[in-house]
Amino acid sequence: MDGYIIGTIIKAVLVLAIISALAGFGTYIERKILAFMQRRLGPMHVGPYGILQLAADGIKLFTKEDFIPSGSNRLIFLVAPIVTAATAFIALAAVPLLPEFELFGMTVRPIVADLNIGILFVLGMMAAGLYGPLLAGMSQRNKWGLIGSARTAIQFLSYEVVTGLSILAPIMIVGSLSLIDFNNYQSGGMSNWLIWKQPLAFILFLIAGFAETNRTPFDLIEHEAEVVSGYATEYSGMRWGMFFIGEYANMITIGFIAAIVFAGGFNEWGILPGGIAIVLKVSFFFFLMLWVRASWPHIRPDQLMWLCWKVLMPLAVINVAVTGFVMMV
Amino acid sequence: MGLEEFKDRNVGTQNYRMLDLGHTPESASGKFAQFAKRAVKLELFTGLKVTFREMYKSLFKGEMHTTKYPFEKLPISPRYRAIHEMKRLLESGHYRCIGCGLCEKICIANCIRIDTRYDENQRKEVSEYTINFGRCIFCGYCAEVCPELAIVHGGRYETASEQRASYSTFEDMLTPLDQLAQQSEFPGFGAVSPNADENIKKTPLAY
Repeated sequence: MDGYIIGTIIKAVLVLAIISALAGFGTYIERKILAFMQRRLGPMHVGPYGILQLAADGIKLFTKEDFIPSGSNRLIFLVAPIVTAATAFIALAAVPLLPEFELFGMTVRPIVADLNIGILFVLGMMAAGLYGPLLAGMSQRNKWGLIGSARTAIQFLSYEVVTGLSILAPIMIVGSLSLIDFNNYQSGGMSNWLIWKQPLAFILFLIAGFAETNRTPFDLIEHEAEVVSGYATEYSGMRWGMFFIGEYANMITIGFIAAIVFAGGFNEWGILPGGIAIVLKVSFFFFLMLWVRASWPHIRPDQLMWLCWKVLMPLAVINVAVTGFVMMV
Repeated sequence: MGLEEFKDRNVGTQNYRMLDLGHTPESASGKFAQFAKRAVKLELFTGLKVTFREMYKSLFKGEMHTTKYPFEKLPISPRYRAIHEMKRLLESGHYRCIGCGLCEKICIANCIRIDTRYDENQRKEVSEYTINFGRCIFCGYCAEVCPELAIVHGGRYETASEQRASYSTFEDMLTPLDQLAQQSEFPGFGAVSPNADENIKKTPLAY
């Protein structure tokens, strides 16, 4: 039992360290990819190919003044970024990151907590992460912040139902909520991937995932051209940075969920071992988010609501009904 | 570009076609039909294709647009009027300025000050020559009026400095003696830039 607790603590610390480092690295990758797609160079001067830019950004964020505007609700203002960052990492606790492997004669399962309700826990935690922008925007006594938090509420009301309903059909097929069971269900090679059985659910989940992580077609809550920086207007320094670590950790989480639920997870993929396969899949989903950001304009809040309630939700319901009907017959 | 092609400048009548944008739907069902049609036609993926193509071209075809400015500079036109240069005679290395004072006379911003005296050989020499770059409007009259092509405009356009005087003494503007061999002649106003052939475009007569 002691070994279990120590192992869990080590895993939690490792996940926290690696994913937050990757989230920082994600900002560098995002700037580079966006630059290449606009035929620019991106960060180039700090270190080779600008790779140390994220260290420079980190130093800047850590040493910047932690600013609390007058008239704000001090406690909530201070707590809100922690909510976003913490829930993003708590959500990762139930995600199996790699296949099992042997280390020093022990079998290591790279999942912090193998919950039997894994996917519900992850989605619930990511939904709870929306409290961060909501509270931040309302606590700071700033018009842009208030609009940002109002948009957060709109966004939350829009996509959450689509996320749940789109993931429901795969859950019905697999018959379990554990992400490990999802992975094992697709262990028979590429033809067993759930994406072939549930293409509509995959697309709906991706769209909802983009909304969940505030990525570009749905980045209403802090869109600079409209609401300055939305909920993050009054934030500076590391508190601002925590929002973004949380956002990038959420992008990685959505990438993992999409890879595990729909794209075969960490099963061996042809000649590729499972660990490399899932890293490639998550990298692709991450790249897709940047690619979409470079390509598509973003939509208005009312358009998001229209899209989610009038188009995606009926499609998701139909998908669930058809799946149930086919399973019953 | 051949002469015939260059002479044919009726751009407005060439190869333009109207895009078939269709009509804007009025009713809700029409709007939904348009949405469904566009979704099924996968128009969004055209956008993804374009950005990916640009990334491929910039990374592998060498079509990156960035000029790393402080390290690389684009060539500027010889017509550009930046900080002045004082030229030297190629044979003797002596400055060309004969101290006639025409530039001081014509300067509409009153920023040139020239003083002359007789040297020991009873020849006129420039004892003082300054340009106040706080006043200079870079109109180019001084270079135009100079009978000896002694004062010309150079291409030194980065003029941020702690002291305006950093650029404005006679010695600063004179070609350094060790670079006399590289001293380029001012091609004169109206000269074309070195890459003029690449930049040439047809001017449309009708739109």
